[in-house]
Amino acid sequence: MKSLLALLKDYWRILRRPSVHYSLGFLTLGGFIAGIIFWGGFNTALEATNTEQFCISCHEMRDNVYVELKDTIHYTNRSGVRATCPDCHVPHKWTDKIARKMQASKEVWGKIFGTINTRDKFLAHRRELAEHEWARLKANDSLECRNCHNFEFMDFTRQGQRAKQMHSTALASGEATCIDCHKGIAHKLPDMSGVPGW
Amino acid sequence: MNIRLLPLLLLAAFGIAVAAELNYPLDAPAPDGRRPGGTISQSLPAPAIANEENKDLKRERNYPEQPPTIPHSISSYQIDKNGNKCLTCHSRAGSARSQAPMISITHYMDRDGQALAAVSPRRYFCNQCHVSQNEVQPLVGNSFENIDTLLQNEATAPAKP
Repeated sequence: MKSLLALLKDYWRILRRPSVHYSLGFLTLGGFIAGIIFWGGFNTALEATNTEQFCISCHEMRDNVYVELKDTIHYTNRSGVRATCPDCHVPHKWTDKIARKMQASKEVWGKIFGTINTRDKFLAHRRELAEHEWARLKANDSLECRNCHNFEFMDFTRQGQRAKQMHSTALASGEATCIDCHKGIAHKLPDMSGVPGW
Repeated sequence: MNIRLLPLLLLAAFGIAVAAELNYPLDAPAPDGRRPGGTISQSLPAPAIANEENKDLKRERNYPEQPPTIPHSISSYQIDKNGNKCLTCHSRAGSARSQAPMISITHYMDRDGQALAAVSPRRYFCNQCHVSQNEVQPLVGNSFENIDTLLQNEATAPAKP
């Protein structure tokens, strides 16, 4: 402990001392350029992990959830607008995104140790995985849905009777959020016994 | 000539005779059923897929025991051992929340008429009996008249001598 403290003290002294060998211009410019490279590289890597191609490069995603998505309206529809994995599963705002990405390190763990590397294991975990996503969307008021489905611009006159009825009451008052009713719209549902409303 | 060759020879002669007759209908016109026109070997373009009716208007039942048809779209509704999307609105508890009609009490009974706590397994798969409708004309006409029409006819018919 004492030696560690001494080591830290040493480093602190080096940091505090003005540079002897390098000019101020070199240090500031060099720092600036290194910063750009570091930050650019970091963001590029982050964006690369934020694509559908990256998600389905693992068979766990490609053979289970991605196959199910392909049947739904969020993958194929009349106008050809579609959602990719990160559109719904990763927040778009930077701070939230970083927080979610840090949580996702658990998924790297799962990949390494093969938590869901067979269909049976995946099905056994499906309820737990679904509940994580329901809880996340409930907590952020279905933010990822609302990135595209903005309540402000919903035209009730273009909705069906039942949709209008629900959206103009429960959703408008904030009593319910998207995920409360719209579960299992992009993937198959797990065993729903005990889920409120099911 | 070998006698055993005779049947073969006759068959060949028959084949030539059939092929030589030009108006023999090898490609007969197809029966005018669900896809009128064309011949048996012809494949015609399939008709466009019609939209599901989604008007939320209850339809009349043709007879009292007819399972009511579904007046709305049910595309991508999941009904399997994991969950039943229909019951989220039409179950006993769900119908209060959604104001959708509750499924009949018979769906909560076993076949001896004993009430059950939840939907009876034999009634669980809704679209075994209840189906949504598409915006199409019937492919085949029929002259079914429901009982009200028959009673009406009887009442208005001139008295038999």
